Amino acid sequence: MTDLLVLSFVLLISGVIAVPLASRLGLGSVLGFLLAGVVIAPVLQALHVDVLSLQHFAEFGVVMMLFLVGLELEPQILWKMKLRLLGLGGLQVGLTTAVVMAAAMALGHPWSISLAVGLTLALSSTAIVLQTLNEKGLMKSDGGQSSFSVLLFQDIAVIPMLALLPLLALPELVDPFQNLAEETGHETDTAKRWFETLPGWLRATITAGAIAAVIGAGNFLTRPFFHFVSQARMRELFVATALMMIIGIALLMTFVGLSPALGTFLAGVVLANSEYRHELESNLAPFKGLLLGLFFITVGAGINFELLFGSFFSILGMTFGLIVIKVGILYALALIFKIDTLDRWLFSLGLAQAGEFGFVLLSFTVANAVIPKDLADQLLLVVALSMLLTPLLFIANERFILPRFQKGERREPDEIDSSGPIIIAGHGRFGGIVNRILRRAGHETVVLDNSSRHLEMLRTFGFKAFFGDPTRPELLHAAGIETAKALIIAIDDRRQAVELVHYVHQNHPHIHMVARALDRTHVYELYAAGCRDIVRETFDSGVRAGRYALEAMGMHPYTAQKMAEDFVIADRHNIAEMAPLYDPDIPFHLNKPYVEKARELRKEEDDSFIEGKAIYLNRVDRSWAPPSEADMRKTREQLSGGNTTTDSDQ
Amino acid sequence: MPRLLVNYAHPGQRHSRVNKAMAKEAAAIEGITFIDLYAYYPRLMVDIDQEQQRLMEHDIIVFQFPLFWYSTPAMVKEWLDLVLEPGFAYGEGGDKLAGKSLLLALTAGSPQEAYSGSGYQGAELTDFLLPLRKTAEVCQMNFLSPYVLFDSLGTYQQSDANAHIKGYRILLNALHDELYDFEEAAKRDLILCDDIPLVRGVNA
Repeated sequence: MTDLLVLSFVLLISGVIAVPLASRLGLGSVLGFLLAGVVIAPVLQALHVDVLSLQHFAEFGVVMMLFLVGLELEPQILWKMKLRLLGLGGLQVGLTTAVVMAAAMALGHPWSISLAVGLTLALSSTAIVLQTLNEKGLMKSDGGQSSFSVLLFQDIAVIPMLALLPLLALPELVDPFQNLAEETGHETDTAKRWFETLPGWLRATITAGAIAAVIGAGNFLTRPFFHFVSQARMRELFVATALMMIIGIALLMTFVGLSPALGTFLAGVVLANSEYRHELESNLAPFKGLLLGLFFITVGAGINFELLFGSFFSILGMTFGLIVIKVGILYALALIFKIDTLDRWLFSLGLAQAGEFGFVLLSFTVANAVIPKDLADQLLLVVALSMLLTPLLFIANERFILPRFQKGERREPDEIDSSGPIIIAGHGRFGGIVNRILRRAGHETVVLDNSSRHLEMLRTFGFKAFFGDPTRPELLHAAGIETAKALIIAIDDRRQAVELVHYVHQNHPHIHMVARALDRTHVYELYAAGCRDIVRETFDSGVRAGRYALEAMGMHPYTAQKMAEDFVIADRHNIAEMAPLYDPDIPFHLNKPYVEKARELRKEEDDSFIEGKAIYLNRVDRSWAPPSEADMRKTREQLSGGNTTTDSDQ
Repeated sequence: MPRLLVNYAHPGQRHSRVNKAMAKEAAAIEGITFIDLYAYYPRLMVDIDQEQQRLMEHDIIVFQFPLFWYSTPAMVKEWLDLVLEPGFAYGEGGDKLAGKSLLLALTAGSPQEAYSGSGYQGAELTDFLLPLRKTAEVCQMNFLSPYVLFDSLGTYQQSDANAHIKGYRILLNALHDELYDFEEAAKRDLILCDDIPLVRGVNA
């Protein structure tokens, strides 16, 4: 127990110190974690930590990341990517494998080992690349999308590779005991081994069935299930459900021999249209971040410096050689596939490393007697080093390559998203009307509501609506508060509404907020919290009812309209005078300026009712009052001879 | 039988001395359409389609209003701006109003003698109405001689006002019953209540 706590503490403190430092130096969080790993490697050794198994555990972060990536990717978008996915991804894996294999053979390795090395090193690091692209906000760019296509193809390609590699086994390396020992120590269990004894057609059927199950369950079961869970009104339960789902899918995929990352990615895509998308995203994002951080730390900690310094130049040479080969092939593909000039280097340098699947494949090849152990150890270093260098390549691209291009050619103006999303917090009777009016005007809205009943109805009518508590910063973040133009606050709970206004005002001051107030005091509270567009929920309807009542009493509709307008103006004037004086920390009756202003306004109102004076104060009565005979006489005199009289200033 | 539409516009009817009474007469005539625009659109949200439809269903369009600042009340201007769309009232394919007639029934605050080159208003009343006349022309409508009450803000006798109100009823009835002498009316700049041109043989 204490060991576990010590280990957690060491890992956490290294990350907590290293990441902000690296970010401040402009190196990005990934390099921060990697360096933290390098630094704490001796500590981990002293604690007798098995870095490799820790790394296997942390790889679950990649699984989660792909689920989150899938959530962002609606099936139609994935379908549109098919050409890049197969063309770009397939050519990258194929060509890199071939060239690395040729290089290995040139170094004197037999063809089978060379092929295995080629396959292993052709893969890039999903973890590093996607994390860095997300951090830099480049995921949506041409380079980012192309990188993602390649990474996704690689994740798929791992499956046939795992099937193919054992066929390359070298007879002299086969050691049945070692093989068995490796396998039992690895993630194989009895269920999986039982699965592997089944005939091929049955395995294929079960595999297809598993994929169908993920898609089917994602489509039809999640909604009622999440609805069921949401009725408990417990946030933790949602986190637990999300984790349970991810782990379940990963288990199922592992069982049928597919990549868990691929399975969860698929589930993510299926759920991309779901109203629970943002809720899932905000619940899983912290886990993903922590696990990925841990993964990067273990990569850093796993670097065997003894071996590295033992054959420093050959390993360094292999690493740079690998990077050069990968960059060359990627750049050629970027040209063929017409990736934007500015994004070509991002794409080529970004994917130039070997990845976490490399670790997996290397231990797998050793276990299957494909690659000798000492070569694999060297290659592990190459993989780790190339990962360590990746953040530096990203920085090199930003500092040295991009500026040159930007100087040379005018960059196409960024597409300004004029219809930046509007977030509607709370979609009941009030928020719903706001949503309808916005959508009629062609605006994109994101609705957040924590009543799944509302959402189901909305979904039925084809609105984009998501489940979750809108007062939670993570959910606001997932809904895109950073880029949102406006936030409509229409939640029922008055205290939560004030807190939400306060939070957004403090953290996202650029966002225009429109808030619903339940009553006058609530208006003051929202004003004090920083909102300036405040609407009392029943005020306008009350005014309308009053107007109808006036009409019913025989008043001309236009006069009734003017009376209502007059009332609104006077009332809003009062409230605007009072709002800045309200102080949430002082009770009304002790707030001196507030009380004085209230008295003053009351007196003003009373005075306007004094007979004879009202006509000058009441805007309605003044309107269209005809001039008096004296007024007419005066005008006539003025017009007919410039007869300026002295009593004009009465 | 010509179909008659009276669009009445007065925002301050509680102050009205003549127009309100005229409107009451017009509304009481059977077989003509009477609309109080300010009551119909108290928030000035003119329904363009409905107003155009109504124009198509009538032959003579009367606008009744008090003259404010040498012009129409805001409602009438809003109505004109919105309803007389290109493609409907003018321009390409905009012949829906062609051949229809426009009659203004208005009250003017100053006495008749003020509206002349030498009077204190410095111009004829018809000069001030030029924008409306041109509007009718662009829409290919006949601009009928306006029915006017002068000195509506002055020291007029109630009997004068009553005569004007009664004359309004006679005028509308004559238009509706095809007893109005358009030829004779066209010879005059303005129509006053004591001289409504009716077809020969009919007694006012």
